[in-house]
Amino acid sequence: MISDIVIKAENLSKKYIIGHKSATDSYATLRDVLMNNAKNLWNKTRDLVKGKPVIYGDTLEEVWALKDVSFEIHQGEAVGIIGRNGAGKSTLLKILSRITEPSTGRVAIKGRVASLLEVGTGFHPELTGRENIYLNGTILGMTRQEIKRKFDEIVDFAEIEKYLDTPVKRYSSGMYVRLAFAVAAHLEPEILVVDEVLAVGDATFQKKCLGKMEDVAKRQGRTVLFVSHNMAAVSHLCSSGFRLEDGRLTGAGEPNHIIEEYLSSGNKGGNKYDVIDLTHHKNRICNGVHVIKSITIKGYKARPLVTGQPAIVTIRFDRQKINSHPELAFTVETLLGQRIFSFATYWTKRTPETDFAEGVASCLIQKLPLSPGVYTINVAIGTNDDPFRDHIPNAYQFEVMSSDYYGTGKIPESNHGVVFIDASWHDKDQMAIE
Amino acid sequence: MNGIAAKRFQESILILEPGRSEKNYWADLWRYRDLFLVLAWRDISVRYKQTIIGILWAILRPLLTMIVFTIIFGRIARLPSDGNAPYALMVFAAMLPWSLFSNALSESSSSLIGNTNLIGKVYFPRIIIPMAALVTAFIDFLISFIILIGMMVYYQFIPGWQIMLLPLFMILALLASLGPGLWIAALNVKYRDFRYIIPFVVQFGLYISPVGFSSKVISEEWRLLYSLNPVVGVIDGFRWCILGNESTIYLPGFTLSLVLIGFWIWLGIHRFRKTEKTFADLI
Repeated sequence: MISDIVIKAENLSKKYIIGHKSATDSYATLRDVLMNNAKNLWNKTRDLVKGKPVIYGDTLEEVWALKDVSFEIHQGEAVGIIGRNGAGKSTLLKILSRITEPSTGRVAIKGRVASLLEVGTGFHPELTGRENIYLNGTILGMTRQEIKRKFDEIVDFAEIEKYLDTPVKRYSSGMYVRLAFAVAAHLEPEILVVDEVLAVGDATFQKKCLGKMEDVAKRQGRTVLFVSHNMAAVSHLCSSGFRLEDGRLTGAGEPNHIIEEYLSSGNKGGNKYDVIDLTHHKNRICNGVHVIKSITIKGYKARPLVTGQPAIVTIRFDRQKINSHPELAFTVETLLGQRIFSFATYWTKRTPETDFAEGVASCLIQKLPLSPGVYTINVAIGTNDDPFRDHIPNAYQFEVMSSDYYGTGKIPESNHGVVFIDASWHDKDQMAIE
Repeated sequence: MNGIAAKRFQESILILEPGRSEKNYWADLWRYRDLFLVLAWRDISVRYKQTIIGILWAILRPLLTMIVFTIIFGRIARLPSDGNAPYALMVFAAMLPWSLFSNALSESSSSLIGNTNLIGKVYFPRIIIPMAALVTAFIDFLISFIILIGMMVYYQFIPGWQIMLLPLFMILALLASLGPGLWIAALNVKYRDFRYIIPFVVQFGLYISPVGFSSKVISEEWRLLYSLNPVVGVIDGFRWCILGNESTIYLPGFTLSLVLIGFWIWLGIHRFRKTEKTFADLI
């Protein structure tokens, strides 16, 4: 091993066996049920004798959570691992942190690994905050002296001085998470493995956590492996990125490049960004005539929706059913029903294009101003005299992913509002300039 | 790089491979001694939280069992005591190691499934968990030891020099529970059936072990066979230490108990280490 490499994985694979219950097993008679139970008992006893684990279900399936993954990580690198749910990210971290063993392949690790796969591992609800700091710290691999030395720092970071001697079961969930993260943040391993733990706590605290992560990754020069769905955080914190897809490593390199690849693969993964058929949508306000056919909301080139990136809303409708100039509008709302913005043809300049001769209306939003989260869209179509000929209030829910809106690496927080504005700061009175 | 530095460099590299057993397993265990202490301390400090009489439970349970046994076996069945020792004292001298053994066994065998969250989220030598569970049982034992002292004062019974050897038998009781405890803890991860088997075994064991009666009640030709139960040796040892000359150790049986305890520990550790790496996947 070259001295600079701290983790070297070769053909790493992990197999799980899961059981399925076949859908056809509807036993008609008592005899069938008894027969089947007897058969099951026999099979399980056989498993017990052979020392095999008990798996419920009639058919067994092998699932490769990881397949032939090879990579090298150098000293001081901060690696962001991205991929969809079930791509094998957590399995990879579990192998690297020695929780589970690979089925095939080999990893060589140089240096002590601390893993943070969950916030507050081993916290005991009956114990006080003070006691849990010692408990959790030891579980994460700190020595008693280390914890003692950092105790005040931890308490400071968590902002729980007043409740140090209260059992943590009386803590609010915010306090609990803060304390848990505070302990973890003071770990000093050579290699730190972190799984999506920043997605907890309130926005202010999240910011603090990211700051701490930045400290560990950039200033202290430790090797960090970091799984996240927060692309902005990966882009900002990491010096390289890994992309996992169905258990395989499909990309490694410059983080922004990997993120780009990941986001642009959005339409391949599922039908999440496909055309939403609204022809038979039940919840609509109309006079028995269904005009709207479908809606699509996606990023540029069919990518997922990302804050600050272009977004395209495409509405398809039956042009034959509108006999004059069509008027379209859509409104975006939060899940709580708070309207954020609307956009209607009625307000904009009429051009030959807005006659939508083909029954396809596409709206380009240059820079999606929505903060990360889930929203609903409602659509209406009609004419000048009858603007709501067909109106679908809750046509579709979509998710907006986070990104670095202002290009500064500062992660936007949702408690500062739902929309971002394009604005800038100046040291002169703008009114005076003009 | 000189030879020593190169060697140290090699040693610091950790290789993870299927089926690979760690070279430094026991040395590693020593490095995790802090965790062992913390887990034991956690179990003890939460044991009687939110109970009214708290730690008194550790005294009450063996005390009540002792009273019942003295009445049933001593008064009603009129079984003989060891020498001239008071019957209640003889029962309690066995009650102590029996509760130590049975508590240690049930605590350690259910310890892994009680710590699922730890096993799935952090690495440490798993054997620490069942071992830390033994400490809880031992603390309970020390507390109920107070009753023994109280009883000795009450009966004005002065123990002989043998009492000095009692710590050895305490360790023996713990070792006797460690072997099966480890094995069942590992099995429990895969097959939860053992969760129901253990309470039954413990209850059953209380009656087949010489707790309520002296092991002299067992006739000579069956004595060796009876000693197949490793707890028999431990209990006899306890009685010998506490009651002094009133009680004797049946040596062939005691040796057999020792051998069996050793075998169980070997089996327990062997089975445990063999399955240890799959715990996180199965639990």
